[in-house]
Amino acid sequence: MQLIAFYILSTVVVLSALFVIAARNPVHSVLWLICAFFTSAGLLVLIGAEFLAMLLVVVYVGAVAVLFLFVVMMLDVDFVELKQGFLNYLPAGVLVALALLAEIGVVAAAATIGGGADSFDPKPGAATNAEALASVLYTDNMLLFQLAGIVLLIAMMGAIVLTLRTRPNVRRQNVAQQTGRKRKDAVEMKDVKPGQGI
Amino acid sequence: MELTVGHYLAVSAALFTIGVLGIFVNRKNIIVILMAIELILLSVNINLVAFSVFNGDLTGQVFAMLVLTVAAAEAAVGLAILVVYFRNRGEIAVEDVSVLRG
Repeated sequence: MQLIAFYILSTVVVLSALFVIAARNPVHSVLWLICAFFTSAGLLVLIGAEFLAMLLVVVYVGAVAVLFLFVVMMLDVDFVELKQGFLNYLPAGVLVALALLAEIGVVAAAATIGGGADSFDPKPGAATNAEALASVLYTDNMLLFQLAGIVLLIAMMGAIVLTLRTRPNVRRQNVAQQTGRKRKDAVEMKDVKPGQGI
Repeated sequence: MELTVGHYLAVSAALFTIGVLGIFVNRKNIIVILMAIELILLSVNINLVAFSVFNGDLTGQVFAMLVLTVAAAEAAVGLAILVVYFRNRGEIAVEDVSVLRG
């Protein structure tokens, strides 16, 4: 049963990855990417790494893929033109990919992958996978956790600095100026005689 | 037949190869190149989690979290660079990016 689920999920993952790189429209690429992320989250659930699976959905689908979608829709680009040359690069690309796959195969054949393969345990000595993960994340790997925070902070600052632009000649609301306005700056009393102008 | 670490390594290898192939065939479209990089990082994550689970050592999953963080940061900065590039040049064909050389 587990094996059948694995084969279905992995077929979907590989196919949607292929569609990501082959789709004509980048919006479709992003949607296939979301499909690939969801199904690989399913693959992780299958071996009991449910916290990582949830993280995959939240971070990749919720943040990264939506960011991609925003950018693809925001940029006004002729995507048909960008797709040209696809077939020119295909032979070289396939050659490199096959070489890479062969290398991975050689390594996999040479290495002795095994160990505790038949008795997998995603949560050694804890009630849930998330609990087990928390017990190592916040103790032994505390520095790694902090490092992740620093990476995110720097990425955020970098993205803001890169895309921020100050345009001149743009009228903006100045709140301090508005609230600092006094009555005598705004209203002037005139004694107007009847029948005459000012 | 049981589910083994080898199954997961095979899927991960296939995903990695597809990601590399995607970088090769979409030379002009940097958005799809970034998506291919995301695929490669996803395959790395699957690899790490599979080894972590099948060896009963949670450090691999902690590492997968770090990879996830770096992937998110990379996507944010990469897309920010892309937006700035588009604003300056009005197109995103990256074959002639060498004009950016100082």
